[in-house]
Amino acid sequence: MEPLIQIKDLVKIYHLGEMEVQALGGVSLSIKRSEFVAIMGASGSGKSTFMNILGFLDHPTSGEYLLDGQSGTNLSRDELAEIRNQKIGFVFQGFNLLSRTSALENVQLPLIYGQIPSKKRKEMAQQALSAVGLEGRTHHHPSQLSGGEQQRVAIARALVNRPPILLADEPTGNLDSKTSGEIMAIFQRLNDETGITIVMITHEQDIAAYGKRNILFRDGRVVEDSVS
Amino acid sequence: MTALFASIRIALRALMVNKMRSSLTMLGIIIGVGAVIAMIAVGSGAKRRIAEQIASMGSNLFVVLSGSATSGGMRWGSGTVPTLTAEDAKAIAAEIPGVKYVAPNLNGVAQVVFGNQNWSTVINGSTPEVLEIRDWSLASGRSFTQQDIDGATKVCILGKTVAENLFGGSDPTGQIVRIKKFPFAVIGVLAPKGQSAWGQDQDDVIFVPLTTAQKRLFGMQFPGMVRSISIQAQGPEVMKEVENQIVDLLRQRHRLQPNQENDFSVRNLTEVASSAEESAKVMSLLLGAIASISLIVGGIGIMNIMLVSVTERTREIGIRIAVGAKVRDILLQFLIESIVLSLIGGALGIGIGIAGTLILSTFTQWPVLFSTQAILLAFLFSGSVGVFFGFYPARKASLLNPIEALRYE
Repeated sequence: MEPLIQIKDLVKIYHLGEMEVQALGGVSLSIKRSEFVAIMGASGSGKSTFMNILGFLDHPTSGEYLLDGQSGTNLSRDELAEIRNQKIGFVFQGFNLLSRTSALENVQLPLIYGQIPSKKRKEMAQQALSAVGLEGRTHHHPSQLSGGEQQRVAIARALVNRPPILLADEPTGNLDSKTSGEIMAIFQRLNDETGITIVMITHEQDIAAYGKRNILFRDGRVVEDSVS
Repeated sequence: MTALFASIRIALRALMVNKMRSSLTMLGIIIGVGAVIAMIAVGSGAKRRIAEQIASMGSNLFVVLSGSATSGGMRWGSGTVPTLTAEDAKAIAAEIPGVKYVAPNLNGVAQVVFGNQNWSTVINGSTPEVLEIRDWSLASGRSFTQQDIDGATKVCILGKTVAENLFGGSDPTGQIVRIKKFPFAVIGVLAPKGQSAWGQDQDDVIFVPLTTAQKRLFGMQFPGMVRSISIQAQGPEVMKEVENQIVDLLRQRHRLQPNQENDFSVRNLTEVASSAEESAKVMSLLLGAIASISLIVGGIGIMNIMLVSVTERTREIGIRIAVGAKVRDILLQFLIESIVLSLIGGALGIGIGIAGTLILSTFTQWPVLFSTQAILLAFLFSGSVGVFFGFYPARKASLLNPIEALRYE
């Protein structure tokens, strides 16, 4: 079976006025299905740029990236949006929930843009919330939830469309160590039970340890790739 | 359809978050729509009043006035020299095919007495056709007959104002009034006609047979003379032709040489009327245009607030785009928000516009006229203001870069 993610000579150059900044300097790697990858690196190492490209939020300057056999090159804004909707679940450091809407509605958001009828949408959202242990708090608004609960809502939102890959950008960055452990436990369980591929950025060694494979970025290149 | 309702619900919720801001933004549209409704109502009220007055005057009308006198190089006004005769009127009726009715007039002001009441009014000597020309019906009694004209009988028909002033509430028909000391039998009372386009009370008049007026009331040195001849053409299309024929016929009858000026003048009253109507139309258009400006100002208010709203919700937009919202989804979300804002404002504006207009007309006695069309138009216009001024902010939102939007604090 071919890998879920195939990346070859990925280069990203930003133009900041006159200056050119090379964020990625030729990254090649592949990630198989059901892997749990932790990406590490100091700030400015290019790991966030890498994640943006991985999430079809940004185009690489050159190089090749295939997700599930699908390339993002030459695709329109709307086509990229559709790929994000169908194949990628995002979990962010700052949770990024819509503040004035309930947990259930937040989780339904990707389904709304996936044109799923309202009744089915609610069912799927309920299921996703149950999967992260929040079945009792579906009608709470983000402000009524703790940080850990908010991040679980965000995970439920990422999972609700059953995408093949979950991209997490510093998912524990705003959480204390106990709650971080709980979130990681959920990631591990999801990875084991559903076989969802997880790619997670973190700068914390102990969080990275939850991943089965660790990749270290430095100056826009992969400098270390180890399976634990 | 359900998707649309869901979008409207989302928009309403977003607007409810900032109630104060939303209602102030709406106020611009409310005032704009209210002003448009009120101005159109006032304008069309005025237009209708003028149209009614014109209709009460009669349609396709000419008035031939006897000529102006020239004495010692000084020219006097029309009608100062009696040059028209009842025979002229008969000739016009007989010889010009496009003419429907002809009525010669000889009028003057006289004091009318009944019992202990008296009233000064216009006495109009004419033929029965005069009522046909002016499309004037009788409220009671009868009109003149040919016998009345031939015999110069002392009968009269009273206008509403005269009847009220002399008789109060009672029926004047069959009573005897005195005009210039002569007793006249009242044979009929005219239906009320109201003000003319020039503000005259048309009901303040008495009609008597032409011959009676000539022989008894306003006797002149030349028997048979009349002051003017009213003529109604058969339709608007023959007006020009009839006018030329009247001039030719009268010049011939008055034996005028080619180098002599007309000793009479022909006035086309329809032209006078249509110019009055035209100015009313321009007036109401102008009022509507001024009011529309306030609606546009309201629209700019919407645009301003929507731009603020897009900036405030940059992060929300970033989240939506990240999880798969397409350009159209975001565009529609913000567009619907501004349309909902402007349509609610439009609906409230209609209510306030109607209420305000009614209050205005109560205090000023201006005639107002609401039309469903105008109200619908104002509502649709407010909707299109929402689309027009909401589009730019919505477009801006839909094209945000998701990476930057997600990082926005």
